[in-house]
Amino acid sequence: MVSEFTAVAVFLLVGTGIVLFTFGLAKVIRPSAPHPVKLETYECGETPLGTAEIQYNVRFYIYALLFVIFDVEVVFLFPWALVYRSLGFFAFVEMLIFIAILVFGLFYAWKKGVLKWF
Amino acid sequence: MLELRGLIDAIWGLISGLLSGLGFSPNLISLIGYAIIAAVLFGVVALIVLFLVWWERKVSAHMQDRLGPMRVGWHGVIQTIADALKLLQKEDITPKAIDFPIHFWAPVITFVAAFMVYVTVPFGKGLIVSDLSVGILYIIAITTFTVIGLLMAGWGSNNKYSLLGGFRSAAQVISYEVPLTLALLGVIMIAQTLSLGAIVTQQDTIFKWYVWRQPLGFAIFWIAATAECNRTPFDLPEADSELVAGFVTEYSGMKFAMFFLAEFVNMFTASVIAVTLFFGGWMSPFGPDFGPSWLWFLGKTLFFVFVLMWFRWTYPRLRVDQLMGFAWKVLLPLAFLNILLTGIGIYIFD
Repeated sequence: MVSEFTAVAVFLLVGTGIVLFTFGLAKVIRPSAPHPVKLETYECGETPLGTAEIQYNVRFYIYALLFVIFDVEVVFLFPWALVYRSLGFFAFVEMLIFIAILVFGLFYAWKKGVLKWF
Repeated sequence: MLELRGLIDAIWGLISGLLSGLGFSPNLISLIGYAIIAAVLFGVVALIVLFLVWWERKVSAHMQDRLGPMRVGWHGVIQTIADALKLLQKEDITPKAIDFPIHFWAPVITFVAAFMVYVTVPFGKGLIVSDLSVGILYIIAITTFTVIGLLMAGWGSNNKYSLLGGFRSAAQVISYEVPLTLALLGVIMIAQTLSLGAIVTQQDTIFKWYVWRQPLGFAIFWIAATAECNRTPFDLPEADSELVAGFVTEYSGMKFAMFFLAEFVNMFTASVIAVTLFFGGWMSPFGPDFGPSWLWFLGKTLFFVFVLMWFRWTYPRLRVDQLMGFAWKVLLPLAFLNILLTGIGIYIFD
């Protein structure tokens, strides 16, 4: 029943517990003097204009998309790298073709100007 | 002489004997053991972070030809404790408009994710909590949780500047996550194992350190790790002249302290991974039995933390477009090149 991941679960619980305990301790110790001006959202001293759900540039989405694609590729690369020495030359070439396809995708994105933050 | 493992085994023998005498089942005893170790390790990590904060201030000061904290204790050693006590007492000014669950749990997630890496870190000979068979994969996965913490902080604060700051930080971290993981793949190809304990054992002597066989991999990893920790020259999310304080604008008191501590824990983690995977971990340069292993580990790791601090006062800050361009256009192709060269190299030399 005790696997190697039991420690991970215990660490998660103990870590969260200690952090929450520290927050609780702080709550007991610190003063609390709310005031309408203090409770305003910070906008460099001015009253905030409009809601916080502003329009943001599409490039954040593009970087997230690129990250997901390459992260999935890395997930495929992990088992291959792990047993690399016991595989033949064929596996190396096969994985090289896989990486080449994705590098071609990166190159295409590069040429299309998608990677520019301008 | 400083045989930590023997000492820990002796103490645990006493405790588990006492608990089994009281009638607890073996499973429960292991759980209690892990809980005790987690609390102790939390204390150790907190102490290390305390030391690192003081050291950062002293190193920064001396590099800038000044002295840094000098009053609070001998050369300011107690300064960090004083600061922590101060932050504990600060009023928690959170605006009315926040999304409370997201705003509250963001610092918790960021810090716990940073802390959970230490389950599988080999601090010395026999000093790993749990030598996971998927060590490196686990560490990469857990450190990616920081991104969730960043985005939650940015969104939950209900503040335009926090939102943009959170997005930019998150974009930077995920952009450097990919070359970092690819650089570690080179080590995995040579070591043929994901477990950190096994990788350290394979680096018996200084000639077997993986940095000699993976110089490009180490360079890519170190640059990507500096960016992951939001350290100069990649510290745009922290630059106070940009976007106020970024995603931590609406945090004060202990919650702010958690983000701050998480950053230093991440710095230490980056150094720990560099030392474990490339520089022999707890092995001395002459083999496993030459002096206290945890001292070698600590020494090497602190050296790399010093290098991170050194970077801060040596290099100017990169602009955000240079930062992102560097990750995708330079580091990522270099990381793929590293895998190609490692693959060919293993065939030629082994």
